[in-house]
Amino acid sequence: MAQLDPRAGEQTVTIYERSVEGRRAFTAPALDVPDVPLEEILPDGARRARPAELPEVSEPEIVRHFNGLSKKNFDLDTGFYPLGSCTMKHNPKLHERVAALPGHARLHPLQDPEYAQGALELMWNLQGALAEIAGLPHVSLQPSAGSHGELAGLLLTRAYHEERGEHRHKVLTPDTAHGTNPATVTMAGYEVVKVGTDEHGGVDIEDLRSKATDDVACLMLTNPNTLGLFDRNIEEIARIVHGAGATLYYDGANLNAVMGISRPGDMGFDIVHYNLHKSFTQPHGGGGPGAGPIAVSDRIEPFLPRPQVVRAESAANGSGSEPSFGLDYDRPRSIGKLRGFQGNYGVFVRSYAYICSLGGDGLRETSETAVLNANYLRARLAEPAVAQYLPIAFDRICMHEFVLSGRGARDKLGIRTLDIAKRMLDHGVHPPTVYFPLLVEEALMIEPTETEPRERLDHFVEVVRSILHEAEEDPEIARHAPYTTPVRRLDEAGAAKRPVVRQG
Amino acid sequence: MSRYTSATDADRQAMLDAIGVDSLEDLFAEIPTGVRLQRPLDLPDGRPEQEVFEHLSSLAARNVHADEEVTFLGAGMYDHYVPAIIDSILGRSEFLTPYTPYQPEISQGGLQVMFEFQTAISELTGLPVSNASVYEGPSAVAAAGYLAKLETGRAKLVVSRGLHPHSREALATHAVGYRMRTEEAGLDAGGATDVDALAALVDEDTAAVFVQQPNFLGTVEELGALGEAAKRTGALFVVAADPLPLGILTPPGELGADICVGEGQTLGNRLDFGGPSFGFFAADERFIRKMPGRIAGETRDVDGNRGFVLTLQTREQHIRREKATHNICTSQALNALAGVIYLSWLGKRGLVELGELMAKRTHYARGALGLEAINPGPVVREFAVRVPDLDRLVELARAEGINPGYRLRETYPEYEDGLLVAITERRGRADIDRLAALTTSMREGVPA
Repeated sequence: MAQLDPRAGEQTVTIYERSVEGRRAFTAPALDVPDVPLEEILPDGARRARPAELPEVSEPEIVRHFNGLSKKNFDLDTGFYPLGSCTMKHNPKLHERVAALPGHARLHPLQDPEYAQGALELMWNLQGALAEIAGLPHVSLQPSAGSHGELAGLLLTRAYHEERGEHRHKVLTPDTAHGTNPATVTMAGYEVVKVGTDEHGGVDIEDLRSKATDDVACLMLTNPNTLGLFDRNIEEIARIVHGAGATLYYDGANLNAVMGISRPGDMGFDIVHYNLHKSFTQPHGGGGPGAGPIAVSDRIEPFLPRPQVVRAESAANGSGSEPSFGLDYDRPRSIGKLRGFQGNYGVFVRSYAYICSLGGDGLRETSETAVLNANYLRARLAEPAVAQYLPIAFDRICMHEFVLSGRGARDKLGIRTLDIAKRMLDHGVHPPTVYFPLLVEEALMIEPTETEPRERLDHFVEVVRSILHEAEEDPEIARHAPYTTPVRRLDEAGAAKRPVVRQG
Repeated sequence: MSRYTSATDADRQAMLDAIGVDSLEDLFAEIPTGVRLQRPLDLPDGRPEQEVFEHLSSLAARNVHADEEVTFLGAGMYDHYVPAIIDSILGRSEFLTPYTPYQPEISQGGLQVMFEFQTAISELTGLPVSNASVYEGPSAVAAAGYLAKLETGRAKLVVSRGLHPHSREALATHAVGYRMRTEEAGLDAGGATDVDALAALVDEDTAAVFVQQPNFLGTVEELGALGEAAKRTGALFVVAADPLPLGILTPPGELGADICVGEGQTLGNRLDFGGPSFGFFAADERFIRKMPGRIAGETRDVDGNRGFVLTLQTREQHIRREKATHNICTSQALNALAGVIYLSWLGKRGLVELGELMAKRTHYARGALGLEAINPGPVVREFAVRVPDLDRLVELARAEGINPGYRLRETYPEYEDGLLVAITERRGRADIDRLAALTTSMREGVPA
């Protein structure tokens, strides 16, 4: 597999350090109006006294600079990227082409709906497809990312309860939850109450029962959870939560396991967020953009953010009717807007193209293959040569991901999960998510996704085996890895102690 | 097999054998029957790539985009020219397809981009620390409200009516969760924030005061005076700014802003019907450990080589969980990359030249239209005018392929006949004169 050029790290030069006075890439359009001095347009205090210190670089050197930087990144198009809970599936190239069409990419967000019918129809169709996939009837595409969808979900929960005159101040999250869940709870003005995990890796039902009191607003749950396990007690969980008058929130980070197989709405969830950058192929972009649409049940619908896309049958040319689409701002019980405009439309285009390409059967096959790949890799890594060092945390059939514990490697070889991850970099594969979920010691969380062929999975097994074998001979090698990357282990503690966050 | 998977029937069988189960169905045995979907998803069948392309193309063709009309529409997102190098560099797999740089040794490109981005935002805003981007503009305003809560423990957020309506609404929506409330200070007769009205709202319980530069009507606000009024009782002064005009405007950080946030679409990002773009978040040094989002920092590796890492992560949700300073995880790395390429392309001089060109054309346009100005004070790329028969103008303009701007009545009922006109470098004198011919003919009562 391709590796990064180790020499790429020898010269680290920022764009500012490439600046030479007088160089430029931009040529301004000619001034075609009277040349009124800026002093007559802007009063003294408002005019910038000295220019911002941006670099002065020619176009060829800008291109080389950023191309050079790109070569210091490992990416999904280059190699295996089994980052648990991140769903690093292939990003189809068609999506970039259609998203770049000027009718999508150059459409102003405040264009009159009459002149944006294609965009609104696309959003309407995407909403309908997402609703069907989640088994919940109403969708808002507005939230910007999964964490924003979570916040929307709790604000909706609050609006719902307050309209009923109920003042609840706690939200339950399992101890396996993504960090965004408890962080969201605090931002939404609630207190976090943790629920334990039982010996099968699911929610501890008795703990839940004791904590599901009438001051609880919501249980936020990921199913399958971050251990990659489907909670067999989901129907009982829903009964307990609803019995307490709370809402049940579905963190859709792991939706890739169950599309077309089991729907959150049918499990009893009231509110769901989707990560379009996980299950629905929006490229991750090195950390965004994403989108975090939400779907809700009937009782939550009145509170959805505004505007909502609406569809009307309109008489056209006097001959029959064809639908027209609009934006409805008149939603008096809405929680309001979460952000500007209608959401990350460019992401919607890509995810809609994906759903059109696959259809219902293709989505189901996607999830089936994701689960097949994960279980195959789980089974391969269960061989004694690996499992003695990296035992599986919960030895069950998994869904789209699974979690190993590095405690064996730590105790028997004296190397940490971090060392194994860093040594993987020298083998040209991206490591799994490490040290999460928190309840597994030295965790490695592995999500291969459906788009990896069997031979890539086999290669990963070889990499793991060889790292462990090497450590049996000489653990120092892993402890100081990586060796072949543009830089080696970085001083993170020093960076945090004396932060240098801009060019001096 | 579906379009993007690789497993053949033979693969599948071999893999099931290795797992030790008989069928795919066995892998889903953990899912109770009661929550299994007992039918296919009710979605249209999958289609070949070319048909999906044709379908998405036909939807695109039903939108009127910014190359198909002469548009003066702005109001938060603007039709600026996006240079070709941005498409080229953003299309590279190495930028498009990685995850957040959790493994810095193989993510130096993305991390250095963040560092360079932070530097550029610091320069533009005049504030020493910037994060590596947040979702977009209005939610960045809301994020500043949360920092003000963490910092002051107070409950009131005072906003100028000159703040973008979406920012005011997003802030109010989020404030419900923060257990805070918002109060609004109006605009004066000249379309600038009424500094006395604002001062009257600021009290000991005020956590932060929010204004926008230029404001929603395009007015260049007197930030110094507003900042003084805002900070009397210890509230934070938050300025939401459009970063592009900051090339010629005094940086908010030099006029008392504690925090400067904003919408980054104008820096090399597409219109995209409203997103994705990026938001930025810059602040005074003393807030660095309370900022939201990713921050890249410079450091050294074990061999002493220069490198970059995500730093101060103990603020963040994946480490601090319920004690995090914000819940944000995914931000807008690719859009921020477009921003830093764009600023490099403009360069130190180009940013000023572009700002001056826009200001001069805007100055010209306001005169040429010959209409009563709602905000007669200084403007640099957008302005508001009263149009006696606004709907008639829109109709006439539309018939000529001109989108004359944003009708203020949609969000400012007090400006029933108000039109907000945006001038970018893509709107030359000829375009402005065409719109002016319509307003002139209407004013003089002759048919256009």
